Amino acid sequence: MLFFTTCKMAMRNLLANKLRSLLSMLGIIIGVSAVIVMLAVGAGAQARVLEHVTALGSNLIMVMPGQPRSGGVRGGAVETLLPEDAVAMREKVPGIRGLSPVVRGSGQFKYYNRNKQASIMGVNSEYLRIRNFSIDQGRAFTDLEIEQRAKVALLGSDTAKELFGTSPAVREKIKINGQVFQVVGVLKPKGTQGPFSFDDQALVPYTTAMHRMLGTDYLSEIDIQIVEGVKQAEVQIALERLLRLRHKILPEKEDDFNVRNMAEMVAAVTSISQTFTLLLGAVAAISMVVGGIGIMNIMLVTVTERTREIGVRKAIGAQDRDILVQFLLESTVMSSLGGFLGVVAGISIALCSSWVTTFSAVIEFRSGAMALLFAVGVGIFFGFYPARRAAQLDPIDALGRE
Amino acid sequence: MEHVIEISNLVKAYALGGAVVRALDGVSFWVGQGERVAVTGPSGSGKSTLMNILGCLGRPDEGEYLLAGKNVSSLPSSELARVRNRYIGFVFQTFNLLPRLTALENVELPLLYGGIRGSRARAENALETVGLRDRMHHAPNQLSGGQRQRVAIARAIVTDPAILLADEPTGNLDSKTGRDIMALFDELHRQGRTVIMVTHDPGLASLCTRQIHIIDGRIANGVPAGEGN
Repeated sequence: MLFFTTCKMAMRNLLANKLRSLLSMLGIIIGVSAVIVMLAVGAGAQARVLEHVTALGSNLIMVMPGQPRSGGVRGGAVETLLPEDAVAMREKVPGIRGLSPVVRGSGQFKYYNRNKQASIMGVNSEYLRIRNFSIDQGRAFTDLEIEQRAKVALLGSDTAKELFGTSPAVREKIKINGQVFQVVGVLKPKGTQGPFSFDDQALVPYTTAMHRMLGTDYLSEIDIQIVEGVKQAEVQIALERLLRLRHKILPEKEDDFNVRNMAEMVAAVTSISQTFTLLLGAVAAISMVVGGIGIMNIMLVTVTERTREIGVRKAIGAQDRDILVQFLLESTVMSSLGGFLGVVAGISIALCSSWVTTFSAVIEFRSGAMALLFAVGVGIFFGFYPARRAAQLDPIDALGRE
Repeated sequence: MEHVIEISNLVKAYALGGAVVRALDGVSFWVGQGERVAVTGPSGSGKSTLMNILGCLGRPDEGEYLLAGKNVSSLPSSELARVRNRYIGFVFQTFNLLPRLTALENVELPLLYGGIRGSRARAENALETVGLRDRMHHAPNQLSGGQRQRVAIARAIVTDPAILLADEPTGNLDSKTGRDIMALFDELHRQGRTVIMVTHDPGLASLCTRQIHIIDGRIANGVPAGEGN
């Protein structure tokens, strides 16, 4: 009953000084909402990256030319990977389920009067399965077409749509960089990753890409899908050993290729997001402390203003504990209200941002609950000193002061 | 007559700018059940100090204070708070109602601090006694000065205390309202309550059954009941 009245009193006191209460809550509100927004956006970004990583195909190992840890160097600039390396891998490394040489390029696509620039991927028939592509219309390449360097193409869904509109593409003839290709199939849409679209490309046999289009003897990449249950690390070590042997790399020299797997990428993304979360935690802690100091400050003012009230309460029989609880309750109500408003604001901002931008925000119940809990804790912690000061006031002094 | 208050040789000293001032210097008297006593004296005489000690807001340095037969002169402050809650009803010059509570809530508050059940009904009865039943849901700032003091008196009597301590209860009121309040104290006195009233006003003091006049920390007048201690 006393507790209920005390709660009611706390609410009335907050409402009586609306502007002041709001201003003192602002630190907590801003802190909590910032954390909620950033956590939501961060979680959304992470979810999206992981989604793409899995879309690339699970159990995927990519072998690329160039030294490891040299981030910028990629593709055609470094020429070390040969189609024979791919053949050797398949023969000598156990645990490989599928393998495709990859040659990257880009080209001008033409169908009657329609023109389009798109990337060209030279691959083999296993590439579709390795990278989780599926065929919408038509068929994949045959081994014979690869062997014969046939001018056949599988179009990405966007590429097909732009060249053909709604009319059927399969068995039509298009020109890629001036050479006539037959469309044998169209892929199902798959989405985008960063600036790169999986649907805005064409797949051709890698032999055709190397010898008839790009004029190169080297590969841009070898994609390998390993057998389910086989350890990626083991396959990776075997691949590295084989390539060093084939490329005649002396023991003290660095690799002229690098091997990446999806597990590593997932781990990288996760570690980045963990760092992000830690950083946010620090930001949250700082803003909570700042908010807490704001609340403590205003509570000290409140205690001074209400010294006489404290004196009266003590005169009519309030224990020190009753006064302590009263002021603690006020600071806690203030901070938790701030926390609540912060959560509401944070969620609304996160929802708006995912609505306006392409970023999807993932709002976790956990982060909201944590923020609220923290806000309550801040109220108790920073409210304690002013409340204790109120509780320890001498009743005679308190009554005597105006 | 049963003694509600018995004090003997109360001493209270303050350090004031290096000098020690004995605000109370060996005060002894007793107050009987149902008495109505006025405490008078010029400002600085020590009567406020005496009231604070009688109200258990402070402790004497020396001497003994028995309130309703219980020695309260050296109780710890949590015990003193309980004694104030149970045995003492304060009426202040400036009313001292809590502005954010309604009249009823103000009156109820001592019962809540005392953990007493049925506080709502008792508070309503106390307001009835002071004639403010119809105003109980008003906030203090919606009441006149006299009404506020009535609420304060209701708050003082709601716990049915051993003594009512009134400090210049009419000091902030016009003379007519002051007379009404004094009439209310008369009524309470007739109901058998013990009232101790601090006042400057000789007219009010003369309405009491007995006067204790304090000068320089000592009782100056011949108080029949206090003599011989």
